[in-house]
Amino acid sequence: QVALLDIDICGPSIPKMMGLEGEQVHQSGSGWSPVYVEENLGVMSVGFLLSSPDDAVIWRGPKKNGLIKQFLRDVDWGEVDYLIVDTPPGTSDEHLSIVQYLSTTHIDGAVIITTPQEVSLQDVRKEINFCHKVKLPIIGVVENMSGFICPKCKNESQIFPPTTGGAEKMCQNLNVSLLGKVPLDPQIGKSCDKGQSFLSEAPESPATSSYRNIIQRIQEYCDQHHFQDEKNI
Amino acid sequence: ERSNLAGVRHILLVLSGKGGVGKSTISTELALSLRHSGKKVGILDVDLCGPSIPRMFRVQDNDVHQCDGGWVPVFVDQDKSISLMSIGFLLEKPDDAVVWRGPKKNALIKQFVADVAWGDLDFLIVDTPPGTSDEHISTVEALRPYKPLGAILVTTPQAVSVGDVRRELTFCKKTGLRVLGIVENMSGFVCPHCSECTNIFSKGGGEELAKHAGVPFLGCVPLDPQLSQSLEEGRDFIQEFPKSSAFPALAHITQQILDGTSQQSS
Repeated sequence: QVALLDIDICGPSIPKMMGLEGEQVHQSGSGWSPVYVEENLGVMSVGFLLSSPDDAVIWRGPKKNGLIKQFLRDVDWGEVDYLIVDTPPGTSDEHLSIVQYLSTTHIDGAVIITTPQEVSLQDVRKEINFCHKVKLPIIGVVENMSGFICPKCKNESQIFPPTTGGAEKMCQNLNVSLLGKVPLDPQIGKSCDKGQSFLSEAPESPATSSYRNIIQRIQEYCDQHHFQDEKNI
Repeated sequence: ERSNLAGVRHILLVLSGKGGVGKSTISTELALSLRHSGKKVGILDVDLCGPSIPRMFRVQDNDVHQCDGGWVPVFVDQDKSISLMSIGFLLEKPDDAVVWRGPKKNALIKQFVADVAWGDLDFLIVDTPPGTSDEHISTVEALRPYKPLGAILVTTPQAVSVGDVRRELTFCKKTGLRVLGIVENMSGFVCPHCSECTNIFSKGGGEELAKHAGVPFLGCVPLDPQLSQSLEEGRDFIQEFPKSSAFPALAHITQQILDGTSQQSS
């Protein structure tokens, strides 16, 4: 049973990627109802609260924090195995607030996404420092857009070159796990735009096996740490 | 007392609804192109959490000094034709995270707009983080008295990116910021081995959005590994790689900006 919470308030991409554009949030006695993609996958995003795709959410920090609190307090998620929180880029209000508001419950950790080049890594090192500062465990780093194989000649190009050793070197230096690398595949963007599951649409893609390996490692991390917590109790 | 922006002829903002689409890249290449057209350019980097501009000019280790008029911007070379200001120069260590809530960010942005001694510039390019929040509201408010030329909006071709940039267009409308045009970045990749073009991030979304919204379409910039490499190394792509695939598009975008400003004066 999975819940996906989109706290990118200015740029909520999740509804479109899940094929849920145009859906509305319903209220009931038990709170806001998530929008379900499937019986076991519920989604919440500010995107569902906007009436037009042109509507901009031009809010300063405090108002964004208020909505995030509501999302956590008023959404009737039910029993959930995994709550995944998608965040905007940065280390600001949304990030501080979500960590703060979830501090009374247990956060397994953060998965940090980067692309291979130093321009991206230099920001991700800051994100890693943010996690340390707020005592958020790091499950690991994913190197996205990691190489492209030409569909015609099958040669690989490094469109975003890992000039300083990519995520691999950074993870070694900072002692965090590299969960995996995901190559560029035009089908990924297409699937997201159409709101379809890339994993179902392109089961043979190298990117699909990358994603699946990464997801497996995340599940293993969560299971291990859950087991350790139970042992400690 | 003369304001620090009094000598700046044109102020341009580079915006996007979406992260990772190439705002800092476009800001950097636009500055380099304008310099090659003989203009004096400044870049104000108001992305406080992820300041990319210093590294793109290989000056990430530079310090910022104060003078009577305020902060002295960092010059990228002895020519002094491009100057920069970014929080990147103020961090003790490059990996230090700036974990600030809105009010503290707003205070620094106000200072950045008022207290950098730019001197005389033809263009001041303001590079922003993604979104429509504190940084954007504060930057537009602080710049309002200086009548910015307008904003360039950057998107990648696919619908998920365009969807966020539509909201950025609304932001511009609501704040009275003129939209100079839309750039569709990462638009196609030409394999250097066999020249086959693949639309990795789809194609055409930026152009369609410009048409739909009634704003100028400034052009498609393809994915270009030489451009990525130049940015990594802080090199002058415009000077060194005029035959590379992204060059014509970047030059064309710059020309349209220049044409726009000369129309304004006449």
